[in-house]
Amino acid sequence: MFPTARNLLRASSRVDINVLVPIKRCIDYAVKIRVNPDGKGVDTTVKHSMNPFDEIAVEEAIQLRDTKNKGLVESITALTIGPQKATDTLRTALAMGADKAIHVQVGDQHNVEPLQVAKTIKHFIDRDKYELVLMGKQAIDGDENATGQMLAGLLDCGQATFASELKLADGKATVTREIDGGLETVEGNLPMIVTTDLRLNEPRFASLPNIMKAKKKPIETIKEADLPVDLTNRLETIKVAEPAQRSGGQKVDSVDEVVSKIKEQGLI
Amino acid sequence: TSRAQRDALVYLEHRDGKLNAGSLSAVTAASQVDGNVVGLVAGADNVDSVIEEAKKLPLKKLLLAKSDIYNHHPPSTLAPLLKSLIEKDDSLTHLFAVHSAVGKNVLPRAAALLDTSIIADILGLEDKGTQFTRGIYAGNAISTIKSSEAKKVVTVRGTAFDPAAAGSAEVAVEEVAAVDAKDHAPHVKSEMTVTARPDLGSASRVVSGGRALKSAENFNQIIEPLADKLGAAIGASRAAVDSGYADNSLQVGQTGKIVAPELYMAIGISGAIQHLAGMKDSKLIVAVNKDPEAPIFQVADVGLVADLFEAVPEITKKLDSMSEGE
Repeated sequence: MFPTARNLLRASSRVDINVLVPIKRCIDYAVKIRVNPDGKGVDTTVKHSMNPFDEIAVEEAIQLRDTKNKGLVESITALTIGPQKATDTLRTALAMGADKAIHVQVGDQHNVEPLQVAKTIKHFIDRDKYELVLMGKQAIDGDENATGQMLAGLLDCGQATFASELKLADGKATVTREIDGGLETVEGNLPMIVTTDLRLNEPRFASLPNIMKAKKKPIETIKEADLPVDLTNRLETIKVAEPAQRSGGQKVDSVDEVVSKIKEQGLI
Repeated sequence: TSRAQRDALVYLEHRDGKLNAGSLSAVTAASQVDGNVVGLVAGADNVDSVIEEAKKLPLKKLLLAKSDIYNHHPPSTLAPLLKSLIEKDDSLTHLFAVHSAVGKNVLPRAAALLDTSIIADILGLEDKGTQFTRGIYAGNAISTIKSSEAKKVVTVRGTAFDPAAAGSAEVAVEEVAAVDAKDHAPHVKSEMTVTARPDLGSASRVVSGGRALKSAENFNQIIEPLADKLGAAIGASRAAVDSGYADNSLQVGQTGKIVAPELYMAIGISGAIQHLAGMKDSKLIVAVNKDPEAPIFQVADVGLVADLFEAVPEITKKLDSMSEGE
């Protein structure tokens, strides 16, 4: 069961926080995407790396443990659902500073949908004990921006999405969120699901000694078949296509031409 | 027996007593499903003027959940309300909202409570709301997906659908009771960026600045007069925001605002794919950049290779003299 803050406070005068950081292996953000000619997907034989928003989540967990809330964070666990190669992504999180990792292994081409990811994360929260989940606000492949919110709904706990600042004190999380037109602050008891926005922090690079140390940190591997959650996709992808190309690329030689082009369009 | 009608519930977002422009686009998307559109307004603060505005929309009826527990669109109280409304009416097969900070925050949570998939940030829908198109990989690919879920929860890209127009007819307003739920992360405060300019997300003209402006002072001195002249909203690239030249609420791109104005002027913006994802559906794109190889020129309808510190004040001056001549 997901422990309530009250239960934790009863058990001990100090709240030990175990942080879960779900991460995703994605096509690297700098790669120019190519749509496969069969119209079924994109070329995935390219460089992959950790989803950038997830790097921010890992960094935040480490900062909470090592600097911001020294002594409060008990452990940091990274979790991924992905192909065998996603182990590399978990090793990156371990090299950054996570303590241990869980890898749910799925087929190479299986991009698990947010609802099934949320159910899987919930399974591990029910099994282990996590008071704070830090995760990216969206993965840069599917761009859904949904898994954290879905998880919070399944757990009936607090959610603070698009976080640009996070403070923990007295079993509470105070989060500044980026909203349309400004910022908003929300505050609630742990457990809470916090999703990270770009401005929360600057993720560190893993140093070589830490990369070596990460090889010795434990990764628990679980096969999809052994998971008590059905990961079958509910939505059917009919086709994947190139976006409509713009007929851009027109250059002009002078400021006058810029102004007259704008005028031609009836904009001034 | 005749097939049951498919109606769509639209969560109407509002702030300071006004409907969010993107919500009007969500009404249009919902009207393409099959049947009728039902609107929902929730909250107690400034809600009377919202109702006046919303009841003139092309809706079958307008639901009002008038309660303090819905102020500031809190997900942990709103998701149970949405679930309950969708579940108790079999004719409601779809739930829509705009893919704004609020829509993104609330609808996936409601979908999880309904044990249904989320269909996020759609660009179009077909086949009576069973097939949807949406961008993936920062808009570098367009995916068509089919949903067989009994209840479909959908967020809509505001700029991909025309806003629904208000008519003179008024629909009936039906009050619905609040659903008991705990707000697990209550609102403490908001700090809104105060501006007299048009809203970036819905402006017809946008002038955006990038890293090449080199400082916040330059950003203001170069971008503001041009935006004033055009009655435009101001935008910024992520590089400009991260360098502290502009507020992060102005960021245009995959991780900021998606805009599609009549005119988009990119000043000193190189055009990284994450930025292009946020503005490439603009009608006329004008780019001013010193680097002739900048990727922004590949999408610009009007590209000027020039030093922005000279060219932009000159453009502003020319526009100025034109308006004086009228």
